[in-house]
Amino acid sequence: MLKDITLGQYFPIESFLHKLDPRTKILIFILDIVIIFMAQTAVSYAVLIGFTFLLMLISRVPVKMYIKGLKPILYIIIFTAILNLFLTDGRDLPVFGYSIGITVEGAIVAVKMAVRLVLLIIASSALTYTTSPMALTDGIEKLLKPLSRIGFPSHELAMMMSIAIKFVPTLIEETDKIIKAQKARGASFDTGSIFKRAKALIPMLVPLFISAFRRADDLAIAMESRCYTGGDGRTRLREIKFTRTDLIGALAFLVIFAGVIAIDIVF
Amino acid sequence: MAIKIENLDYIYMPGSPFEKKALDNINLQIDDGEFVGLIGHTGSGKSTLVQHLNGLLKPHSGNVIINGYSTDTKGEELKRLRCDVGLVFQYPEHQLFEETVYKDIAFGPQNLGLSKEEIDVRVRDAARCVGLPEDVLDKSPFDLSGGQKRRVAIAGVISMRPNVLVLDEPTAGLDPAGREAILSQIKSIYDEGNMTVILVSHSMEDVARLVKRLIVMNEGKVFADGTVEEVFSRGAELRNIGLNVPQVNILFDELVSRGMDINSNVYTVEAAKRELLAYFEKVKEGKENA
Ligand SMILES: Nc1ncnc2c1ncn2[C@@H]1O[C@H](COP(=O)(O)OP(=O)(O)O)[C@@H](O)[C@H]1O
Ligand SMILES: [Mg+2]
Repeated sequence: MLKDITLGQYFPIESFLHKLDPRTKILIFILDIVIIFMAQTAVSYAVLIGFTFLLMLISRVPVKMYIKGLKPILYIIIFTAILNLFLTDGRDLPVFGYSIGITVEGAIVAVKMAVRLVLLIIASSALTYTTSPMALTDGIEKLLKPLSRIGFPSHELAMMMSIAIKFVPTLIEETDKIIKAQKARGASFDTGSIFKRAKALIPMLVPLFISAFRRADDLAIAMESRCYTGGDGRTRLREIKFTRTDLIGALAFLVIFAGVIAIDIVF
Repeated sequence: MAIKIENLDYIYMPGSPFEKKALDNINLQIDDGEFVGLIGHTGSGKSTLVQHLNGLLKPHSGNVIINGYSTDTKGEELKRLRCDVGLVFQYPEHQLFEETVYKDIAFGPQNLGLSKEEIDVRVRDAARCVGLPEDVLDKSPFDLSGGQKRRVAIAGVISMRPNVLVLDEPTAGLDPAGREAILSQIKSIYDEGNMTVILVSHSMEDVARLVKRLIVMNEGKVFADGTVEEVFSRGAELRNIGLNVPQVNILFDELVSRGMDINSNVYTVEAAKRELLAYFEKVKEGKENA
């Protein structure tokens, strides 16, 4: 079901990660990505894997949810692993004594990439599970604020993002409803040839687009009639604040990351 | 075409923090040719219940049996179920997609694999049923008024000639005139006599004067089930769950409590008029005799 898409979904409970300033979390997340791709040795990967487990633990979101988030990406991970396995040049790696075109380097790269992707997905799930979409876009807006001096539309960008994120559940719900309504009229979306199936999407897509445009129109009017003119001079109901907790959290993560880099340099 | 629902439970998003038990041990039987009103507060589970009738939702536990067959089927049997039970969703005009009204009404019959001639007969008949004039058929559905769009959408389900017609809040969002028109059209569709009709609504006034049997839902359970009189006689309880008995009924209760000798089981303005005229007639006669 469409409703089962979990990546990018907020999980409303309380935890240390939930309490952190979204800016802290976004910066840690970006740093985490960089480190994941910089890490070279097995030891640094072990530390990163440990770090990821720590994230899952302190987010207090059930592990089940993380696994659910990994599922849609599973095929991409397997696919890249297989490509790497066969397409990397290097020493031949025989399987049960037969040479089947797999190389030692290929195997290493395949495992590395798979681990990297899994770590990435879990880290981004940890970010979105513990940060509400609103807090996330607020954080991004604040982080990009300095760039608005040179004319970068940071507020507009954040507003566009938050509107887009907010309408995802609405559109999923709408799609669900339209599919059901057309099914009630005998439409079938999952039988027949590919050509037939593509054509069967029309009764779903046309109403969906119409409703999306209608919503966009309504929203624009609603915003304008409440005097929305852009970011200048706007205040907010909930100010995000960088607190001591954030400082402690950020320092702890920085130590871990520094450790990974140090390990890579030493080994 | 009997509908039988046994111990039906339904839970949305089970196992997530958003888990919601929408239906809780529902038991119902609806017989051929009944005209049933399904009422309840918003969120009481009406829409969830009716989506079980044509297999769009499958029970988590319990059974939904239509004419002896369980709705838990696939393939051809599911297709037959979908054309046995026609479901008109809330705001059905949002599902219109074809270039012309004609083509849109024909979508259902086409999915049933009918011949061109048969489809033509059915489209024109369905349009007449909902009171759409012939010349609208060639227009784009998007050029019509809200009330007309809704008629087109209803016709799109009627054209499949279901044995059971379920309408989920068919009057939601219409002005009083549009509401009146749709309701009387539904009444005349029922009066033509070949369909069981289930009318979902949160407005007591709307359903009271149309249906014979009322099923009241509250928090996923069947709260009351009986004739209009039986259900409305529990006025205080209904108010407790956020529903209102028709205003004339409140007025009549008040009049009786102030000592007027009238029958308080009155639920429509029409009946109220008859009752009051009879009462005044009686009073006048009483005075003349004295
Ligand atoms: N697709 C859905 N996902 C999750 N919860 C839902 C969904 N649809 C309805 N619900 C919930 O189920 C309950 C019953 O809803 P519904 O059957 O639509 O009630 P009604 O039609 O009487 O207003 C409500 O609490 C609603 O929030
Ligand atoms: Mg509803």
